[in-house]
Amino acid sequence: MTSPAYTDNAAPQLSAGPRPAPGPAADEGLSRRLRALACTAPLHDLDVRKANLAGEYTVYAMAEVALAAIDQVTLHMDFDTGADHEQIVAKLLPRVAAQAPRRPAAEHERVARWVLENLINVGSVDRGFRAVYGTFGTDGVYVRRDYDFKLIEEVPGYGGSVYLRATDEAVNVLVGALDTDVTSAQIAAEVKLEVLISRGRLADAQLAAEQARYRTVQYAETLRKTLEATRRNVRAVDWLNAVPDMIAEALDHVADRYRHENAILTNIRKARDEAEGPEHKRRAAELVDIVKDCIRRHTQLQSRLLEAGPLFRAEQDRQAFATPTARTGLDLYGQLVAPLLPLPVEQAIRVTDAFFAHGTGLRTPTSVRVGDLVDMLLTPPLEREHLGAEMPEPDLIATPDDSRFSEEQLASAMNLLDLEHDAPRRLSGLLAEARRSDPDLPYLVALLAVHAASPPVGTAYRQGERRLLFAVDDGTRLDDPEFGGADLIVGMALLDAAGMAADRSEAS
Amino acid sequence: MSDHRAEHTDAWSEPTAGYATARPATEGDAAHETAAPPAVTPADAADAARLVAFGLQPKLMPARDAEYAELLRRYREETPFARLADAVATGLGLVVLEVSTRAGMAVTAGEDSVFAVRMGDYARRASSDSADRFLHGLAHLAVAAMAFPRPEDLADDAYIGRITVNGIDAFVRQACHRLEERAAEHGDNTDPATDAPGLEAAWRIYARRSATGATKDARRLAGSTTGIVGKAVAFLTDSGFLQRTGDDAGGAFRTTARYQLQVRDMAGTAAMAELLELGVVPVTDGTATLLPPPDGDDLELAADAGLPFHA
Repeated sequence: MTSPAYTDNAAPQLSAGPRPAPGPAADEGLSRRLRALACTAPLHDLDVRKANLAGEYTVYAMAEVALAAIDQVTLHMDFDTGADHEQIVAKLLPRVAAQAPRRPAAEHERVARWVLENLINVGSVDRGFRAVYGTFGTDGVYVRRDYDFKLIEEVPGYGGSVYLRATDEAVNVLVGALDTDVTSAQIAAEVKLEVLISRGRLADAQLAAEQARYRTVQYAETLRKTLEATRRNVRAVDWLNAVPDMIAEALDHVADRYRHENAILTNIRKARDEAEGPEHKRRAAELVDIVKDCIRRHTQLQSRLLEAGPLFRAEQDRQAFATPTARTGLDLYGQLVAPLLPLPVEQAIRVTDAFFAHGTGLRTPTSVRVGDLVDMLLTPPLEREHLGAEMPEPDLIATPDDSRFSEEQLASAMNLLDLEHDAPRRLSGLLAEARRSDPDLPYLVALLAVHAASPPVGTAYRQGERRLLFAVDDGTRLDDPEFGGADLIVGMALLDAAGMAADRSEAS
Repeated sequence: MSDHRAEHTDAWSEPTAGYATARPATEGDAAHETAAPPAVTPADAADAARLVAFGLQPKLMPARDAEYAELLRRYREETPFARLADAVATGLGLVVLEVSTRAGMAVTAGEDSVFAVRMGDYARRASSDSADRFLHGLAHLAVAAMAFPRPEDLADDAYIGRITVNGIDAFVRQACHRLEERAAEHGDNTDPATDAPGLEAAWRIYARRSATGATKDARRLAGSTTGIVGKAVAFLTDSGFLQRTGDDAGGAFRTTARYQLQVRDMAGTAAMAELLELGVVPVTDGTATLLPPPDGDDLELAADAGLPFHA
């Protein structure tokens, strides 16, 4: 039996009673997982709340649409901007439409918008989410805490526009565990990609390529912020060693990736052209697009890196070589902002209030006369112009028409070349026929025929053309008084417009 | 205090400066002889009050108004007139910051003056919501910190700061992000306790508010941080502290001489005093605090850790 006096002297671990809770160390992992779990809650919530929407929306898998939305936003996160609101809605529509093909398109759009707006959480002032979870503190006291997070955030773009960006929480939890070293992860992904392509496993290759692109985006984003810091204060960064090293490293990286990705591009192009079966071909074509996008991002990155040096010198001139002033000023950032931010808000608010009270200057109070007040109250409110000011009529000056051929000539040439698809003709015959109507016309016909020797297949595919003019050289010499060269066979090819359209919508 | 400042400006040519120093001396002698203060006529009082009235129109440039410039010259040259104008300003509850051709009659509202700006009038939500109140105050502080990033800039009379709304938002956001990372490195749990929101760290309030938001009429979302910063710069522009120079990055502005005086002589010191009262003593030796990291630890390109802050 221990007397009460003993307990005071006893070592803490011997004091009676079970510990109230596992220590904070064990709790930390739990709270991390709780927070990760919380990030998925808004997605489940969508499926729960769809029942409350006016209308029958249970056929739609909202969480799936939401994940797709986050994927799309992540993919469109660019160097300067994020994804455009409308663009994301448009990209979501095929998936939404596929879930309920018989419903009207307006409803599909409504669903896509609803999901996107809920991911931003438009209704709340923070435009974010809050989850409450509990932890045990170091003193063993159970504390409920608020965890605030966002999935998609809105960021300002050029000219006051608003773009969407996926937050770190969204990328880490919902896109995939990306909190690994950027450079090595990128190398790993690309090595994997090359192996996959060489083995012809394109489905896996596409996944790997997309992952590589996520990393590329992340890398670019980081560099953008570093360059911005350089812009702000020359002394903020070590321009003797660290930054030049970093820029050199980044340039090396860009050059390396560029070489690497061009090699991949060549490989996939080969794979695309040699692939059998439309599915393989389509996948390879998509891969080409992804890798092209990566190359574009690297080029963008490189141009930013090249700007850094001149920028430093200009800023150095401004900041470092100015004559020093005798007075020393207050360091607003170092002495006010930086010490203020870590304080609890109820203390920090006293400092900001003091700054506000003394830093806003003065306002002359308005005094109102009764006579004016009556007038003001009786004046009807001004209609707000929603169309804005009237545009001045632009002063247009007609540019002189210096085209070699007239519109009529083009029309008759096109008419002449509008051949039946099963009856190709020789260029010589076409030239002779053209010459009969107009001595200038053969030049235009010859030009169009030469162009048709390399027909714009890609453009025709994208625009969904039904017919395409082509020209083939079979070795016959052209016998003509004005032109020399090969007597081309000019014909009209029919294209499978419906099939192409289906392909396009699948690919996008 | 005001005419002492004014002597630094070199706008007044040598002959007048000599005249200005000669004149009070003779008057002083005269005062000794007659043992009576120089007479002030009601017309002088009217002119002094007129000068203060010009000072109450902060967007008015002395260079653009001949009468204003003439009154400034009188203030500069006639000490009794200067004292009179100072007295008028003080009586109205104003503080004279500087009287010069570049800043004009730079006056600002004293505490509890009718001219003072109150937070409740400034933003309606701010009076009820302490988070909003803090964000509005922080926005003004951040505008000043970005306008004068180095101590030298604040001290140098010739310096003109250039800021953009989005730039300020990004700056504060990154500073907050650094703190978030530092807290994570320490393994601190910064999520506030549900029943004590006042203990939430200040940076979290800013970090959690969204930067911008789409609105139905394509205006800036008032509650977003760019909306709050935008409100601050618009207000400062109305106070004659900033001038709009362009529309890029949410609106570009440059500072005026008045703003520098206001921040240097009024707001900065007041906020510092409050901070010291809280027991936070930021020690610096006057050099910039945005310094390179000690061992380049921060140039590691971890995701989102762009700005190497060292406070």
